[in-house]
Amino acid sequence: MKVEAKQLEFQTSIAPKTGADLLIDLLKNEGVDTLFGYPGGAVLPIYDAIYRAQGTIKHILFRHEQGMIHAAEGYARITGKPGVVIATSGPGATNLVTGITDAMMDSLPLVVFTGQVARSVIGTDAFQEADVMAITTPITKHNYQVQSISDLPRIVKEAFHIASTGRPGPVLVDIPKDISAGVLVEEPEKACIDLPGYQPTTKPNPLQIKKLADSVAKAKKPVILAGAGVLHGKASRELTAFAEKHQLPVVTTLLGLGAFPADSPLSLGMGGMHGTYAANIALYETDLLINIGARFDDRLTGNLKHFAPHAKVAHIDIDPAEIGKNVPTQIPIVSDAKEALVELIVQTAESPENKAWLETLHQYKQEYPLWYKHEPDGMCPQWLIEAVHKVTNGEAIVTTDVGQHQMWAAQYYTFKEPHRWITSGGLGTMGFGFPAAIGAQIASPESTVVAIVGDGGFQMTLQELSVIYERNLPVKIIIVNNGALGMVRQWQELLHGNRISESILHTQPDFVKLAESYGIRGMKIDNQEDLITFLPELFAHDGPVLVDCRVRQQEKVFPMIAPGKGIHEMIGVKPS
Amino acid sequence: MKRIITLTVQDRSGVLNRVTGLLQRRQFNIESISVGPTETEGISKMTLVVEIEDEQRLEQVTKQLNKQIDVLKVSDITDKAIVVRELALIKVASSSHLRSEINGIIDPFRASIIDVSKESLAVQITGRPEKIDALIELLRPYGIKEIARTGLTAFLRGYQPQVNELATYSLIK
Repeated sequence: MKVEAKQLEFQTSIAPKTGADLLIDLLKNEGVDTLFGYPGGAVLPIYDAIYRAQGTIKHILFRHEQGMIHAAEGYARITGKPGVVIATSGPGATNLVTGITDAMMDSLPLVVFTGQVARSVIGTDAFQEADVMAITTPITKHNYQVQSISDLPRIVKEAFHIASTGRPGPVLVDIPKDISAGVLVEEPEKACIDLPGYQPTTKPNPLQIKKLADSVAKAKKPVILAGAGVLHGKASRELTAFAEKHQLPVVTTLLGLGAFPADSPLSLGMGGMHGTYAANIALYETDLLINIGARFDDRLTGNLKHFAPHAKVAHIDIDPAEIGKNVPTQIPIVSDAKEALVELIVQTAESPENKAWLETLHQYKQEYPLWYKHEPDGMCPQWLIEAVHKVTNGEAIVTTDVGQHQMWAAQYYTFKEPHRWITSGGLGTMGFGFPAAIGAQIASPESTVVAIVGDGGFQMTLQELSVIYERNLPVKIIIVNNGALGMVRQWQELLHGNRISESILHTQPDFVKLAESYGIRGMKIDNQEDLITFLPELFAHDGPVLVDCRVRQQEKVFPMIAPGKGIHEMIGVKPS
Repeated sequence: MKRIITLTVQDRSGVLNRVTGLLQRRQFNIESISVGPTETEGISKMTLVVEIEDEQRLEQVTKQLNKQIDVLKVSDITDKAIVVRELALIKVASSSHLRSEINGIIDPFRASIIDVSKESLAVQITGRPEKIDALIELLRPYGIKEIARTGLTAFLRGYQPQVNELATYSLIK
């Protein structure tokens, strides 16, 4: 044994530097502190280099590539820095596809490294070969296949630059095994970014800013729509200053929650399919719609024919392709949200005369608040979210999957601060919430992180329970368990003649025992009294906790804009 | 409406796939596409002809193309003063006694016969796509065995009329 160990040491000490060693050096240069990874054949040289780096770069081993990439997304959302992912070729890479697409849709910076078979066998259907470049071209902001070790420094530098600037997004770097295993002949020169085709505009056009400032002064019914662009641009403070100075009401999108304090009198809450009455009617009646960093997604606008029909539309976005894509725009401003808002604050001399408008909106808020009714046949999911809000003082980082629980969390977990909300908006990915919470907890170890997930979605990525146990990450998992794919069930009930087709999960694991089998504390709660009793203690627990909360299956998300309807045609705005 | 869009791109692996994939994903129909190197090493030029319903979609496609990292420049040159050319090879069934008759047809088109066999001859023509279409129609009665077209390529003329001249120009076009 001893001899063997010595040999190993000998081997490592004289081992020449490889492409993989160079990669690790480059990642450290980029300030990467955490790798979200899973090893495999084509990345063995990279894992050898990680071994040789002796813990100077932290690697978190997940249990499935989908879990790790969602974790990297959660990390990116909290830190604003690219989440760095390593997966092997073939199935390792294809398992990432959902996460890459999710990051693309929600503009999250990721740098994804995939192993590839050696260049000599690319294109021969080699073992674990997949055409990752072709597969990921439409779902990445950009992708590279490394063809020479000497290109590696430039490609890594460019990948981080592209992922994190302009409109953020995922960049994939495919590394053939002979490149990562290849021996470095000489230390490569310092890399320079060479991207003549990539120059994002970040400063607003002053003429357009002036035009918008004048329009603000003249508007009678102005409203701001704040999207995730405000958060990416770290412009919440500027947005709040601008809105307060001119008394402009603010609607946030699903992904923009937290960009504007929900407790401000100017906040109308979330707009869109399950938005508040006040927010949606404001978007319908407004005469000046100022969109800052939202992309007029169909779940926000409803039927475009009825969206903001009386409004002059101004749109501030860092991505010029978003402006005018869905909604005709009179004042286009290609810019970083913060830069534009700073200029707007300077240029807008006069406040609009919109007292009557604010009064009307205030009445809508009073008259049509979000509502739910307690029923005898089970715990109310909305109430559950409110209870979680209360026990965490509204200050937790909250992650979700997609569906009913996501909408209830969006409606009832109101945020005072930005960068606390992590949800899969554009792609609507089940199984996103729990691993994203792991990434968030790694990014922000001191914060309380709550994964509010559905019983359906949780079962798609629950294998990562190992990770929170292994790393003792005190993530709190709240399963909003209605024994159904709730949103599918809701649509079937409301829009498909109550034909409940394959949306009930008749069999489920015992989630408490499941948690315990992973070494995690678990508890099942099916009534309000128990929740009130145990929730504070569960949240005070200094480790991960899973709470299986049984809620009413029949409960539906309201208000709702049915598909194809206009934003003013909401149903369920009041208790029936 | 048919639009001619030229792209200046970096000659990197996968760039053609990026462009065509993007157009397919966003449901733009490509009528023709031609690619080739330019006067600058490492830079290629693509000429696309696409069918687009309206201005808004046109704006969207140019913006999406511009977002591609390897795309340096996108221009819609349809309404500019441009030189447009396409090359076509047309194989026509023809016995020796018809050869002079065909020669008479293709001559005004400044096309030429570039291959002759017992049963067929091959005609080469360059010009605007409409001109090529016209010749194909004239040759059709003789029996066309095969057609190969390059797709059009185009660039701006050296002299661009001023905006007010352009209006007149497009009226009589």
